[in-house]
Amino acid sequence: MEKAIEIENLSYSYPDGQQALSDVNLAIGLGETVALIGPNGAGKSTLLLHLNGILRSDGTVRVLGVPLEDKSLKWVRSKVGLVFQNPEDQLFSPTVFDDVSFGPINMRYSEDEVRRRVSQALKWVRMEGYDGRSPHHLSVGEKKRIAIATILSMSPEILVIDEPTSNLDPRAKWELIELLKGLEMTKIVASHDLELVKALCERTILLDEGKVVADDSTRRIMSNAPLLQAHGLAPPGIIGAQAQGSGRGPLPNG
Amino acid sequence: MKHSFLDRYSDLDSFIHKLDPRTRFITTFAFILVVVLTPPTRWQAFALYFALLAGLILLSKLPPLYVLKRSLVIVPFVLMIAIFIPFFRPGEVVGSYNVWLWELSITYSGLLVLWNVVIKAWLSILSLIVLSSTTKFSELLKGLEQLRMPKVMVMILSFMYRYIFVLVDEVIRMKQARDSRNFGGKRIWQLKTIGNMVGTLFLRSYERGERVYGAMVARGFEGQTRTLTNLRFQAVDLYYAMGFAVVLALIGGTILLRWGS
Repeated sequence: MEKAIEIENLSYSYPDGQQALSDVNLAIGLGETVALIGPNGAGKSTLLLHLNGILRSDGTVRVLGVPLEDKSLKWVRSKVGLVFQNPEDQLFSPTVFDDVSFGPINMRYSEDEVRRRVSQALKWVRMEGYDGRSPHHLSVGEKKRIAIATILSMSPEILVIDEPTSNLDPRAKWELIELLKGLEMTKIVASHDLELVKALCERTILLDEGKVVADDSTRRIMSNAPLLQAHGLAPPGIIGAQAQGSGRGPLPNG
Repeated sequence: MKHSFLDRYSDLDSFIHKLDPRTRFITTFAFILVVVLTPPTRWQAFALYFALLAGLILLSKLPPLYVLKRSLVIVPFVLMIAIFIPFFRPGEVVGSYNVWLWELSITYSGLLVLWNVVIKAWLSILSLIVLSSTTKFSELLKGLEQLRMPKVMVMILSFMYRYIFVLVDEVIRMKQARDSRNFGGKRIWQLKTIGNMVGTLFLRSYERGERVYGAMVARGFEGQTRTLTNLRFQAVDLYYAMGFAVVLALIGGTILLRWGS
């Protein structure tokens, strides 16, 4: 299988010396949808920031076979679309149109092409007609979708999303999952929302303390309750089952 | 959290709203310039300026009360600076008062300076309110950019517009969190808490800035902003600008003639 992303011996420590990633080795095939799970502070976001060269350190990152270095940085960034966790960071322009067109304009497309890409991207995330709105006045779910549109307008081959469902209510969350399912490209999703992972990804990589702990099919990892519990990720369903079983919450009924 | 729009009423449909933002910006700028250069003794001129603005407000279908209310925001700032001038400026005394140990006297020339400052500030802010309530902020930014305002300044304004309410939300949440934990106690302790909050807000904004920059770089940002320009002057812009210039010239001309005589 052709490789979308290959990571070899990647280590990174924060400016204050704390080790965030140690000796990560990964390969992700073209067309795969891969979940990156792990507890808070496991290094998920740090790893994502290495995929398009926002962070660089020792070790090699290859995107579609091309090693990430100064020369290839621009090209890599047009191939790897990174959606940040907080849409308030991702959406920084006065209008939705300005934000979605930011990438294509930087890629020096012609005006007509930019407009075509913006309307296509907004259609993909089902937000047609929002061009003139100010991002501040959108709901969280709408902001998340526009954030994804800002990346889709650059037509990347690899979509990297950090915590796509955080802060979403169940309806907005499932709408977003359906939307992501419909996008045909290599997807890397960092999350600790196991419902999302089960619904979207065939393969799951478990990261903890900056190391790859497990790398297997989602089904096998999700059924390995001891593994999930050891790394602070209760298997899905266990919380619901408890509540149904006892019929009473942990708080005394007063 | 929901906040009122900085550019509220900018999506109304009127003749003024349809103008190119550059036209409105230039005419507003010209208006302020003329107002500021008018000698304070020509009070008729100020009445005419006000009439011109009132006409614009009516034409643009803005609620007059809203404009008036917003314009009053400026008054405390102006008064704070200018209120003492009548007491300190030497000249013909209008009245003197004995306040405890001091004898305070108000001079005619001092009052004139106060009037000068207040009326000019108020008329300027009125015209700016008309500008900001008839122009979408994003359009205004585009206009400024095409008028060759430095890109860095336009970007700063654009980020301010985008993040001002995000910051306000953050402050409100911090205050709620503080009050939920029974904020009180000695004043010095309260001051310390507020100091910490300001510091935290600064750190958060700084870190947000880094993340936003990351998001820009991830989308191919290389230090220069490029935008699609789609503003076009139309015939109405010409008519409006000319009409505005003629009215301003008429008012200004009358003043000059009377000034000379």
